[in-house]
Amino acid sequence: MADLKTNFLGIESPNPFWLASAPPTDKEYNVRRAFEAGWGGVVWKTLGAEGPPIVNVNGPRYGAIHGADRRLLGLNNIELITDRPLEINLEEIARVKADYPDRAVIVSIMVPCEEAAWKAILPRVAETGADGIELNFGCPHGMSERGMGSAVGQVPEYIEMVTRWCKTHYDKPVIVKLTPNITDIRHPARAAKNGGADAVSLINTISSITSVNLDNFSPEPSIDGKGSHGGYCGPAVKPIAMNMVAEIARDPETRGLPISGIGGVTTWRDAAEFMALGCGTVQVCTAAMTYGFRVVQEMASGLSQWMDEKGYTSVDAFIGRAVPNVTDWQYLNLNYVAKARIDQEACIKCGRCYAACEDTSHQAIWMKEGRVFEVNDAECVACNLCVDVCPVEACITMERLQPGTTDPRTGRVVQEEYASWTTHPNNPMARAAE
Amino acid sequence: MAQGQMAPGIVAGRLSSDELAANFDDLHPAYAPHEAAVAADRCYFCYDAPCQAACPTDIDIPMFIRQIQTGHPEAAARTIFEQNILGGMCARVCPTETLCEEACVREAAEGKPVEIGRLQRYATDTLMRGGVHPFTRAAPTGKTVAVVGAGPAGLSCAHRLAMLGHDVVIHEAREKAGGLNEFGIAAYKATQNFAAAEVDWLLQIGGIVIETSSALGRTITLEGLRDAYDAVFLSIGLAGVNALRAAGEDKDGVIDAVEFIAALRQADDLSALPVGRNVVVIGGGMTAIDAAVQSKLLGAENVTVAYRRSREEMGASRFEQDLAASKGVKLMFNVQPVAVHGNGSAVEIELEYTSSAGGTLKGTGETIRLAADQVFKAIGQSLAGAPEGLALEGRKIRVEGPGRTSVPGVWAGGDCASGGDDLTVTAVAEGRDAAMDIHAQLSA
Ligand SMILES: Cc1cc2nc3c(=O)[nH]c(=O)nc-3n(C[C@H](O)[C@H](O)[C@H](O)COP(=O)(O)OP(=O)(O)OC[C@H]3O[C@@H](n4cnc5c(N)ncnc54)[C@H](O)[C@@H]3O)c2cc1C
Ligand SMILES: Cc1cc2nc3c(=O)[nH]c(=O)nc-3n(C[C@H](O)[C@H](O)[C@H](O)COP(=O)(O)O)c2cc1C
Ligand code: SF4
Ligand code: SF4
Ligand code: SF4
Repeated sequence: MADLKTNFLGIESPNPFWLASAPPTDKEYNVRRAFEAGWGGVVWKTLGAEGPPIVNVNGPRYGAIHGADRRLLGLNNIELITDRPLEINLEEIARVKADYPDRAVIVSIMVPCEEAAWKAILPRVAETGADGIELNFGCPHGMSERGMGSAVGQVPEYIEMVTRWCKTHYDKPVIVKLTPNITDIRHPARAAKNGGADAVSLINTISSITSVNLDNFSPEPSIDGKGSHGGYCGPAVKPIAMNMVAEIARDPETRGLPISGIGGVTTWRDAAEFMALGCGTVQVCTAAMTYGFRVVQEMASGLSQWMDEKGYTSVDAFIGRAVPNVTDWQYLNLNYVAKARIDQEACIKCGRCYAACEDTSHQAIWMKEGRVFEVNDAECVACNLCVDVCPVEACITMERLQPGTTDPRTGRVVQEEYASWTTHPNNPMARAAE
Repeated sequence: MAQGQMAPGIVAGRLSSDELAANFDDLHPAYAPHEAAVAADRCYFCYDAPCQAACPTDIDIPMFIRQIQTGHPEAAARTIFEQNILGGMCARVCPTETLCEEACVREAAEGKPVEIGRLQRYATDTLMRGGVHPFTRAAPTGKTVAVVGAGPAGLSCAHRLAMLGHDVVIHEAREKAGGLNEFGIAAYKATQNFAAAEVDWLLQIGGIVIETSSALGRTITLEGLRDAYDAVFLSIGLAGVNALRAAGEDKDGVIDAVEFIAALRQADDLSALPVGRNVVVIGGGMTAIDAAVQSKLLGAENVTVAYRRSREEMGASRFEQDLAASKGVKLMFNVQPVAVHGNGSAVEIELEYTSSAGGTLKGTGETIRLAADQVFKAIGQSLAGAPEGLALEGRKIRVEGPGRTSVPGVWAGGDCASGGDDLTVTAVAEGRDAAMDIHAQLSA
């Protein structure tokens, strides 16, 4: 079994699976059980400043989106940072870290945007022996209205400023957790880097309303007939999170900045994908909240098996391997011509590919006598919709037309060499590029 | 005290009332809402869905399952009833394993179809529980139609005609409507008097009068009906029973399976219903299986179905065969009755082994005797009491297209008419289609 040992910013953990700052890491009891179950590290539930703790609502705080069989696809919450006294959290962190020296313990912090506030809390966090801190600039509800959380994360200048204060008053690694509730993730990432951040972690939750009660017209979760936008997470947000991770990984200004990937990690495969896009560790919240701490065991065994199969002996061997393949649309090879192929043996004849293509796309699937579904190469643009709607995995595949063959749709011979939009005759800018 | 399985002869009360109640409980229990939600989630909403093509009444199955999925079982029921007004009964009695569920793509994919029948029951039960009828009658047309026979074909035809505004009189020979829904279907498929409740619910459409004890050939004639009504629909089922042609057929204890089942279905108290200790059922269709299983459930010790051909040729589906086997019924293949022995009452049945070489069935000469104090004949029903002057095809009333007989103004459907399987759902489809054709002619 491949070794999953991870070294992120000099912080070692037996595997790259960390619990994200959230209810699973809100107290000693949870974190001890998480470590016993096998989690490599935790980011402790976000601490606030000294004084009376924040309060949470006393009604429901989660909403959800379900797939078939009520599989939880997306979770939304209106919970705030920890509602337990700072003192107690710090004592617990110190005890847990002392008992689990081989696990990563990161402390998430969110205090007002004043240097004094950070200066006050950081030495106390340092005393716990925790391995580093994560700055929560992400929480999209409640805290942002008080000038914290995503209110800071949406202003790159604030990120840079607060990060710098932390680097000044704390000497272990500083991770800046980014909010996805912005238009271009590269700006806050650059700001974090400029402020001296050792790493960024992303994404925090996405502002969302999961549903509306059609009896009383309240958004859900409903508190006495009213609802508030919450933060969305879980499998549904993974594609958004991975794009943001990739943008940072390939941005010339932030390239090489360590990243801890968060958002919808549920299986070993999700973790491997985030890591291939440049993440040194991944953080998990919803999967643990849905299935309990034991899910990490599948993540670890699955990742390890895949590494064995690929011959990777350490996680560093594949971290970032997908980053060079993330490019801009304009550079995609227009001479790569594919056609959908239906495996008649695997096909169960549901006709969904046909409905999708016939009703909404290119009329490129024939429905023949006896419910035989076949692709008409003369119409197929290789859009992949049929592949995506087919209920049988790998029943429809995309196959490349070999160079030299004629594409029956365009009548043109497929060319061997690469050619993209940058040089395409229809591109008004193409000539300028010459 | 219950008599027990070993009590000799044909006796009542072999099992306690509790045992009987448990034995005759729903074969496929109704879904709870959570089960329905899980089952509905499995549907792929197929294009031109193969399940729908396999349903004789052409119910829009993907649509009704989607309506269940989105929390509207009553709307789902309406989708079902638009095609099949007896969708409640069909949900209970259709051999789905050879109809819609056999065609379901998830049967091909995983050997586990979407449970369409039980979902259909969930939807129709939900709507019917409210007592509401989902359709309203069109303005009266002033036209009148006679329907002969109040089985599924007749009820379906009558409902559709009434809905379209025609006035319908159903002439039913028995004292009660429902046909085989009421007198034939196995008790554990239509529990809690569902057949009668369904008829009452169906009649809420209005415009239908049922005249019971009104038998064609006895109290009424086809000529009379043709004179009195604008159209006639014949749905008299198969009232005759085929003869065994074995020696000793007239001995006590040898009876028609359908008669036994009818008595069982009408019994208020199953513990008062006599059944043999050693029961042999002759036949290989649904009736044979139902008679055998219900004998076993009543407490018979040994129950054997003796079928003259091979398992593959048996009319009853593999599911029905397995059901019988699971209840302890023994299935014998390639045996035919030669004689019933006994002094006045049946004691033994003598069966001869058969072989079917080149398609023709022949006795091998080798025989076997089974103890048999009760022998049920289930070798098929036949048309009886069809009016003179109607062309036949095989042994049924010949029909063309949507149930047109050889006589103008007379339609026929269900078991008595040529074509189609002898199934409840087929009868419903044929009744509905004939109604649409009658309506078209009456409106022309
Ligand atoms: C024992 C048994 C079990 C079955 N189990 C199933 C099952 O599980 N699933 C399934 O799909 N199918 C089953 N079937 C078949 C199904 O019951 C029939 O196909 C269906 O009932 C046919 O409907 P119908 O309206 O044509 O005839 P019937 O249901 O037979 O109705 C005919 C009606 O006409 C009346 N009638 C007859 N003669 C006259 C007359 N001269 N004048 C006036 N009225 C008359 C009869 O009294 C009866 O009410 C079973 C059949 C039997 C016998
Ligand atoms: C109930 C709940 C509370 C959360 N609280 C915090 C928090 O206090 N601090 C923080 O940085 N992130 C918080 N998050 C965000 C998670 O750490 C994580 O970024 C997000 O859920 C995406 O990961 P996932 O898809 O694995 O759940 C919270 C998430 C949830 C569901
Ligand atoms: S979607 Fe897939 S399984 Fe369904 S018909 Fe098309 S190829 Fe076959
Ligand atoms: S009526 Fe019968 S065959 Fe048609 S969908 Fe319902 S259960 Fe299936
Ligand atoms: S074939 Fe099966 S999966 Fe497809 S629509 Fe019918 S019930 Fe649903």
